Amino acid sequence: MNKEYRIQRYGHIRQGRISLNGIPRFESNETDFSIFIKSAYKNFDTQYPKFFKMDSLSKLALIASDVLLENENEKNIALALSNRAASLDTDRRHQKTIQDIENPFASPAVFVYTLPNICLGEISIRHRLFSENSFFIFDRFNADSLFEYANSLLANQKSEKVICGWMEFDQGKYDAFLYVVAKNGIFAHSIEEINRLYLTP
Amino acid sequence: MNKIYLSHSNIVSGFGFGSVSALEGIKKEVSDLKPMEDENILPHPFCSSRIADSLLQEAYGNLGPTEKHTRLEQLLLVSLEKTIAASQIELDDRVGLIVSTTKGNIDVLETDGPFPEERAYLSVLGKKIKTFFGFRNEAIVLSNACVSGILAIAVAKRFIAQGRYDHVFVVAGDLVTRFILSGFNAFQALSQEPCRPFCKTRSGINIGEVGVSALITSDRKHLADESVVILGEASCNDANHISGPSRTGEGLYRSIRAALDQSGLLAADIDYISAHGTATPFNDEMEAIAFNRAELQSVPLNSLKGYFGHTLGASGLLETIVGMHSLHQNTLFASKGFQELGISQPLAIIQSTTSKKLDTFLKTASGFGGCNTAVVFQKAGK
Repeated sequence: MNKEYRIQRYGHIRQGRISLNGIPRFESNETDFSIFIKSAYKNFDTQYPKFFKMDSLSKLALIASDVLLENENEKNIALALSNRAASLDTDRRHQKTIQDIENPFASPAVFVYTLPNICLGEISIRHRLFSENSFFIFDRFNADSLFEYANSLLANQKSEKVICGWMEFDQGKYDAFLYVVAKNGIFAHSIEEINRLYLTP
Repeated sequence: MNKIYLSHSNIVSGFGFGSVSALEGIKKEVSDLKPMEDENILPHPFCSSRIADSLLQEAYGNLGPTEKHTRLEQLLLVSLEKTIAASQIELDDRVGLIVSTTKGNIDVLETDGPFPEERAYLSVLGKKIKTFFGFRNEAIVLSNACVSGILAIAVAKRFIAQGRYDHVFVVAGDLVTRFILSGFNAFQALSQEPCRPFCKTRSGINIGEVGVSALITSDRKHLADESVVILGEASCNDANHISGPSRTGEGLYRSIRAALDQSGLLAADIDYISAHGTATPFNDEMEAIAFNRAELQSVPLNSLKGYFGHTLGASGLLETIVGMHSLHQNTLFASKGFQELGISQPLAIIQSTTSKKLDTFLKTASGFGGCNTAVVFQKAGK
């Protein structure tokens, strides 16, 4: 049946702090997300102009994946992310523009981000990942489903590694947690361990 | 590994309540796409396939609901009730629920609606479906753009193969809303006439609405006559552009290759392809390139968008259910709206509905975010 897979590393972006395996990589007192994520972009010398066209959820996902994958050579990596609010932050923006009495026209640049899996597309483009993509919605972080799904992808040779996690942006609040599941790694791949790492920024 | 099947299913569409009415319409090569005027949706006329409110209210009322549900919830409940009843499965802790949608109850963001904004959260939608039927497990909501409905079948298979569930009910739906139509209109992607997938004169998509549901199971005791085995499935990203399809069909090609590899079949073993075929110039061209790269250009192929429009998060499941019946009836359904090949590579578009012995089919879908999914099915037999 299932082989024992391992978690290689994990990263967080939460409350002005970006960390990898619990070690801070960038910290800021800035409470406004757009200013905070831009300063992180500059701090890491990201040099990816597309970043500035993205919505908040994709900006969060892009920086989180950059930190997680900075020394990664494997390209056959699946993505299985989840959140609570889907793309509602951008959905509200789109809804506002089409309800504008003076100028009720949608912007294609906003509308395209009204899907949560767009952030998977942005990660895939950035890191050249031609692999499995799935976006799930749960009302809270759900380690059980991600655990089963990652095991299934690896056991069926859908990819060499899987990036799983939680990518939430809603009404200015953000919470990103990503981890890499593979054949080898320092952390156990178990529901208990995933929940522990989620709570250990 | 044990085989996993797509079994009992239901389609609620503009054709009527139940798969039979939709299949009768398709068999007669009748489209449900009609020109419409509705200023709450778009300031100018548009072409769509929608479900009549009066009929939906009646069918929903017959379920004896004890709380108020949104229009989308009503649609999903009405469809799923039929599938659960036909399946005769007790909803114990071995039964999963997957809800596939791109936008869920997005219409509650409109300022004058009776439901609170909280209802736009997809997990709330999942909870409403779960609670109504008394599922023991939380709903898994999948929102992966236009591949959601077909990816949901792959995800259900994976959870069953992992031993988490014995059976999974998948329910899928999206509504025709101002939110969606104004967005596609801004992309200048909407056709004012019924769409013409793969045709030289194609001029864009129509958005339609359906509620569909199906049982995925590993238990042969719960198979329908038309059941198919889910042989192989894969989902690959283009890693190219978030709103434009890859010029080389990369993600779709890789998805097809990987799904075929897992199925153990060769391209030559596929009897029929149910393509995505949205009728936008770029999408259909991309699919033609991917199918040719996969050496599937001679396999009879249709797009069902000419009957229902693009039903977004439901389309993959809807079109798979129709494909399953196509196999069962040994009938290739015409690709409605097609007249003359309008892509740079050859494809065997089904021009009129014909009888043919069929055993296997490939379903594909592609969507925003560069996502693509391919699934290979085969008749389950008795």
